[in-house]
Amino acid sequence: MLDLSFEPPKPKVIAGAKYDWELVIGMEVHAQVASEAKLFSGASTKFGAEPNSNVAFVDAAMPGMLPVINEYCVEQAVRTGLGLKAEINLKSAFDRKNYFYPDLPQGYQISQLYHPIVGEGEVIVDMEPGIARLVRIERIHIEQDAGKSIHDMDPNMSFVDLNRTGVALMEIVSRPDIRGPEEAAAYVSKLRQILRYLGTCDGNMQNGNLRADVNVSVCRPGQYEKYQETQDFSHLGTRCEIKNMNSMRFIQQAIDYEAKRQIAILEAGGSIDQETRLYDPDKGETRSMRSKEEAHDYRYFPDPDLLPLEIEQAWVDDIAASLPELPDEKKARFVKDFGLSEYDASVLTAEVANAAFFEKVAAEAGDGKLAANWVINELFGRLKKEGHDITESPVSPAQLAGIVRLIKSDAISGKIAKDLFEIVYTEGGDPEQIVDERGMKQVTDTGAIETAVDEIIAANPAQVEKAKQNPKLAGWFVGQVMKATGGKANPKAVNEIVAKKLAE
Amino acid sequence: MTDLTKMKVAEARDALRAGDVTSVELTEACLDAIEGAGALNAYVHKTPEIALEQATAADARIKAGDAPAMCGIPMGIKDLFCTRGVASQAASRILEGFRPEYESTVTTQLFDAGAVMLGKLNMDEFAMGSSNETSCYGKAVNPWRRGNDDSQLTPGGSSGGSAAAVAADLCLAATGTDTGGSIRQPAAFTGITGIKPTYGRCSRWGIVAFASSLDQAGPMTKDVRDAAIVLQAMCGHDPKDSTSANLPVPDFEAMLTGDIKGKTIGIPREYHMDGMPEEIETLWAKGREMLAEAGAKIVDISLPHTKYALPAYYVIAPAEASSNLARYDGVRYGHRATLAAGEGINDLYEKTRAEGFGPEVQRRVMVGTYVLSAGFYDAYYNRARKVRTLIKKDFEDVFAQGVDAILTPATPSAAFGLGEMQDADPVQMYLNDVFTVTVNLAGLPGVSVPAGLDKQGLPLGLQLIGRPWEEGDLLNTAYALERAAGFAEKPAKWW
Repeated sequence: MLDLSFEPPKPKVIAGAKYDWELVIGMEVHAQVASEAKLFSGASTKFGAEPNSNVAFVDAAMPGMLPVINEYCVEQAVRTGLGLKAEINLKSAFDRKNYFYPDLPQGYQISQLYHPIVGEGEVIVDMEPGIARLVRIERIHIEQDAGKSIHDMDPNMSFVDLNRTGVALMEIVSRPDIRGPEEAAAYVSKLRQILRYLGTCDGNMQNGNLRADVNVSVCRPGQYEKYQETQDFSHLGTRCEIKNMNSMRFIQQAIDYEAKRQIAILEAGGSIDQETRLYDPDKGETRSMRSKEEAHDYRYFPDPDLLPLEIEQAWVDDIAASLPELPDEKKARFVKDFGLSEYDASVLTAEVANAAFFEKVAAEAGDGKLAANWVINELFGRLKKEGHDITESPVSPAQLAGIVRLIKSDAISGKIAKDLFEIVYTEGGDPEQIVDERGMKQVTDTGAIETAVDEIIAANPAQVEKAKQNPKLAGWFVGQVMKATGGKANPKAVNEIVAKKLAE
Repeated sequence: MTDLTKMKVAEARDALRAGDVTSVELTEACLDAIEGAGALNAYVHKTPEIALEQATAADARIKAGDAPAMCGIPMGIKDLFCTRGVASQAASRILEGFRPEYESTVTTQLFDAGAVMLGKLNMDEFAMGSSNETSCYGKAVNPWRRGNDDSQLTPGGSSGGSAAAVAADLCLAATGTDTGGSIRQPAAFTGITGIKPTYGRCSRWGIVAFASSLDQAGPMTKDVRDAAIVLQAMCGHDPKDSTSANLPVPDFEAMLTGDIKGKTIGIPREYHMDGMPEEIETLWAKGREMLAEAGAKIVDISLPHTKYALPAYYVIAPAEASSNLARYDGVRYGHRATLAAGEGINDLYEKTRAEGFGPEVQRRVMVGTYVLSAGFYDAYYNRARKVRTLIKKDFEDVFAQGVDAILTPATPSAAFGLGEMQDADPVQMYLNDVFTVTVNLAGLPGVSVPAGLDKQGLPLGLQLIGRPWEEGDLLNTAYALERAAGFAEKPAKWW
C-alpha cells in the first residue's frame, strides 16, 4: 500500500492577555449506521416518516419485549473499524446505560461500555498537501439512538417521536490528538469521507446522522508534549464537553469560543469546572448544560437480555476483503498513476462518486492530468454553480472524455473546448460530432494561418513597426488572427507564424 | 363421571383422544370450579369466552385427529405472561389497563398446541415476593389449612395463584415463572409439582421481565408426568429471545421410566441450615432413602459457596429489576399519575412510580439502583457476579465428579400464615428462597416434588437439581421419587 508522506501541522496557538495557550481536543462522533432496520428491531430507519410510525414493540419498550441484534449493523461497525485500520474485537458485549427521559422508552440505552466491538485505530486528517494530523481512534462501539422530544408544539405538553429510537449508532471516540478548531472540523470531515466511502454512514449532518461531542481543554505550550510522552492526562487542562454538534462551522466556532472562555477564566486565576456544555449558534457561545456534580450516574451494567457478541475471524476477513479503496490510498494512487498534484488528487477523491467519474474520464481520454483539469475546473465549477452534485451531472464521463480527447489531439483549442463543454452541458450530444457539424475544428493548416497573418500585417504597417521595436506587441497580431479565424486557429501555430513574419 | 377438574393432564389427554370427554366439558367444569373458588383469589382476570372458544376449536382438532398432547387442556396463565388482548399486569397497579397486542412465545406455543386459557393467575407484584402478598389484587390463598385451624395460609410466591389453582383443581395445569424459586416454593407449599427448566430452555419473549438473567418459565402441575408434558409444549428455541438456547427438545414424557438404577444423587452438606425444622430434615433423609432404595447411589457432596447465594441473589435480581422496571414511567402505557399545574416530567416519573409500584417493588428498585451506582458497583454488583460464577462452578465440579442430580429440601418450612411475616424484616421473607436461588444463579433445572405432610397436615416438597439441559433425566429422577413417596393427598375443600 502506498502512502503519501506528511508532516504534522503546528498546533493552533491562542494568545491570551498574559500567555500563549494551546488547545487539546478529543471527539466522540456519533454516526448513524447505514442500515434499513434498527439495531435491535426490524423497524425501518427511514428518515422523515410520520411520527411514531417506525416503531416496533421493543422500540417502545413494551413489557416483555426483547432485543435481537441486527447482524448487518454489526457488519457495518466491523467494516468501519477495518476502514479506520482498527483492531476488531471478536468478543464484545452490550451494557445498559440507565437514565430516565421520555424519548428513551426502556429507561436505558443499550451501548457497549466495557467491551466495544472496535479497538484502536487511526485517521489521517489532511490539512493541506504534505501536512496532516494523525488522530488516534480509541474505540468504536455500537449503541441505540434515542427518540425525539418535541417541546414547542403545545404550551402544556411535550410530544415524543420514537421513530429514531433504537436506530443503530456507531460512537467513534478519538484520543485527544486534535490541536485546533480547523483540525477538529477537518477530522470530522475526513471521518465522514471515510464512512461514505465504506457505505457505513451517509454522513448527512443536517438530518443528525453524523454529530459530534467535542471535548476541549487548553494548556500552556509544552504541556501537551509531556502528555504525549507519558500519556498522563494530568499534564493537560480540565476539559469541557460540548454536546451534539452537527455542523462543521459550528464545531469550529464553538471550540474557538470555548477555548477563549477557558483561557479568560484561567488567566483570571480561576479554574475550569468539568462540565457538559451546549453551543448556541445564534449567540455564538457555549453555556453550561450540567456540571460534574449534576452528571447522571448511568449505572452501567451488562445487558442480561443479550449474550456477548462473538464474531469469527473468517467473517471479519471476508468483510476486509470486500473493503473498497479508501480515500488515502486512492489519493496516493491518483498522484502516482496520473501524475496529479496532491491537491488535485484530494479534490477528486473527496467523494467516491467524484473519483469514480474522474477515473472513467481519465481512462477514456488517455490523459489523467488533462482529465483532472477538466473535471475539477470545468465540470465541478459548473455543477457547483448550479448547486448539483456529480450524480446529477448532465455531462457523462464519456462525453467529457470526448472533449478531453479533442483537446489532446489538437483538434480544438482550449478556448473552443470551453464553448464545446457549454454546448454539451446544456444541449448534450457527442462532442466529436458537434465539433464536426458546427465547424469548430481548430485550423492547423499553416498555409491558411499564414494567409491570415499576411493580411493583418499588410493592413497594419504602423503596428508592424512598433512590434519590431517591442516584440511583446506580437500578442496584438495573434489576437487579430484568432479573431479573424473565429478562434479556430491553433494558437501555437499562430504564435510561431506571427513571430516569424514580424522578424522578416 | 368423576370430577373432571381433578383430572391430570395425561388422563385428560387420553380421555379427550378416546372421545370420553370433550374439551368444552373439561373447560366448563373448570370455569364452574373457578366461580366457586373466589375465596382463593387465584384468578385475577377470568377469560371464559376465550376458554370456550379455544375449547370448541380444540374439540374440532381432536375430532379431526390432529391432537397434540396439550390439545383441549384447560390451563391457568400467570399474570406475568403477556396474552394478546387480555389484561396482563404482572399483578401491578402500574400496568393498570394494559392489554398487550402480542402473545408471549410460551403461551403462543401452548395455544398453538391446543391448550385452553381459563384466565390469568394471581402472583406477587412483578414476581417479587414469596407469599403472594405483594399482589395489587390482594393475596391468593392456599387451599391447604393446618388441620382444623381455619387461618389462611400463603400459597407461596411469586407463582402463588398458579399453585393455588392447580392444588384446588381450578385448572389442569398452570404456567409459572421462577427467578429465585417462584415455581418451586409455591409448588412445595401446595403439594404440587413445579419445574424450573434450564435457563434458556423457555423463551422469555412476552413475559414481563423481573431479573432477565434469572427468569425462566415452567409448568406447575399435579404430577411429574404432567410437568413433562406441559414443559414439552412450553419450551424450545425462540429467535426472538437472544438468551434462548438453540437445542433440540427431547421427548420428556418418554424418558419417564422410573428407572434410576446406577444414577448418582448428591446430598449437599451446606443445605443443612441452623434452625431448620426437624420435619424438613426428616423428609430430606426420607427422600435420600427412597432414592437409594430405587437403586441410586447416594453421595455426600459439598457446594461450598452456598451461603453466599442468597446475598448475591438479592443484589443481582434487584439490580436487573431496577433497570427492567425503568420502562414503567407513565409515558406510554399503564398507570399515569395526574399532575398539578406546573409539575414536569420528573414529577410524572416520581408520582407515577410511587402510586404504581407497591412497597416491595419499590424496595427492590431502590436496592438495585443503589448496588449499581457509582462507587458501590464493585462492592456489590461485581462481587455478586463473582459469587455467581463460583456457585456455578460448585455445581459444575460436582457434576464433573459424576453426580447426576442433587437432592435438597424445596423450602425451609411448610406454608406459613398470610400476614404472619407482615412485620418481619424483609430478609426473613427472602430466606424462603435459600434452597432455590442457587439453581437460578447457576442457570440449572430444578424440580419440586411433593413428598409428605408435616405434623399439621401441610405438604412439604423436595427439590431435585439436574445437569443443564437434562430436564428429561431430572424429571425421570423426580418421577422415581414421586412413585416412592406416593404423595396423593389433596386439600379438604373449604372454599
